[in-house]
Amino acid sequence: MRYAIIGTGVAGISAVEAIRGVDRSGEIVMLGDDPHGYYSRPGLAYLLTGEVQDKSLFPKTREEYAKLNFVYKKNRVLEIDRTAKTLQLDDRSLLSYDKLLIATGAFAIPLTVPGANLQGVMKLDHLEDARGILKHAKRGRTAIVVGGGITALELTEGLLARGVHVHYLLRGTRYWSNVLDEHESRIVEGRLQAEGVTLHFRSEVQEILGRSGKVIGVRLLDGRTMKCDMLAYAVGIKPRIDLAQSADLAIDRGILVNEYLQTNDPDVYAAGDVAQVYDPLTGRSVLDSLWSPAREQGYAAGLNMVGKHKPYIKTVPLNVTRLAGLTTTIIGAVGNGRDEDLVGIARGDSETWRQLPDAIVAQSGFDINRVRLLVGENHLIGAVVMGDQKLSAPLQKIIAEKINISSIRDGLLRKDAKIADVIVDFWLHHLVTS
Amino acid sequence: MSILNVFKTNASRRTTASVGYVVPDSYRCVQCGICNYNCPINIDVRGHAWRGEPVKHSECLTCGECVARCPRGVLRFELTDLFIESAS
Repeated sequence: MRYAIIGTGVAGISAVEAIRGVDRSGEIVMLGDDPHGYYSRPGLAYLLTGEVQDKSLFPKTREEYAKLNFVYKKNRVLEIDRTAKTLQLDDRSLLSYDKLLIATGAFAIPLTVPGANLQGVMKLDHLEDARGILKHAKRGRTAIVVGGGITALELTEGLLARGVHVHYLLRGTRYWSNVLDEHESRIVEGRLQAEGVTLHFRSEVQEILGRSGKVIGVRLLDGRTMKCDMLAYAVGIKPRIDLAQSADLAIDRGILVNEYLQTNDPDVYAAGDVAQVYDPLTGRSVLDSLWSPAREQGYAAGLNMVGKHKPYIKTVPLNVTRLAGLTTTIIGAVGNGRDEDLVGIARGDSETWRQLPDAIVAQSGFDINRVRLLVGENHLIGAVVMGDQKLSAPLQKIIAEKINISSIRDGLLRKDAKIADVIVDFWLHHLVTS
Repeated sequence: MSILNVFKTNASRRTTASVGYVVPDSYRCVQCGICNYNCPINIDVRGHAWRGEPVKHSECLTCGECVARCPRGVLRFELTDLFIESAS
């Protein structure tokens, strides 16, 4: 039996662990063209700020890889032949498979404005991108950041930490408008300004200006020009579906899979950022770009590849991130609509966050520590916790486990309600009685 | 906060440091390695977080560096039941 896994991210490595846990003798081949193999991609943000070294981003030791007993080929897969069950590799060899997992992740959507190919136009997709940004930041004094979501702020804060002056350009009127509410956007923007970032709203790049092949500035749609030494962008990501597409697998925004992570070909599975996963609770298939769901999906796919009939139960999407230095947890459905600064979703993002059904907002704190709850009929549907994180773990459980909150619903929705106190009392009572 | 409460807080911190251990919430962890990078005695805290295991490591000083530095709130101190009796 040969299991082939395309992709070296967390979904792929998790699938290897699942397969090897059951099948001790089957051959596992992992294929990927990322020169660095498996590492913590979310950790790149902390590499930029200097909180971690790049060698620390690699979680597994040689011994741990040896125990998993798999073959790693640094090859790009050019084509999947589902009839012959073979993979065409970039060294012209063919690799046969019995079960295949596509875990190719997503890529940063490129900028399409004129000048986007100039030296000094950077994205944050891979370790090499982060190294390039750090190298450039040594020479650059002024940077322009465009885009939205978590990655745009990771770029901003990474450059700030390296002593680069940052101009952050937003097309719209506030930061991350379809996940954060206006108060939250303003808190983040205020902190960015206090850190020395210059914010420009309603500002869209029309052209990146260059000299001798290098960035020297931008021209905006309204005719203004700005000087800069580099431009970093994060305008969203797209699942890498090209292989699946040419193999005629069912795709939508990502590769469509059922709750067993199986595509429309029973021997081909997909997991992680590339997979558009069926959620039996809502009946929808959604994209996530989150580490833990990718890990869980990879593991479930691995178990199903070895014949365990194990469904993947989609959990409530959660991410903990720092927005302008403020720790922020986003859980469940918290917003809707579209953000002018993003095309689709960004890294560390979930489509579910924008699927807010009818819910009433309860909120407290308008300064640094803020809690916003999306209160449904009997359950909490989502939460944003900024600053003090004491409530984030209880809220994670209350939302994920759909704990009935009808006893505190009125208390939460009362004018000037002390939400934190209500939640803490409820949680302590729940722990005692459950 | 009264002066008595300050002592109480310090006392409970000391109790946690002496009879507690570090417990991860795997779901929040992205394996960035900041915990390992900051551990003064090179314990593989990240590996524990991957496996969802408490850091029951005989050399752990419970210094709290990993807990404080983790940017995602993955790690927390929890009291062990191992020393509770002798501590009380």
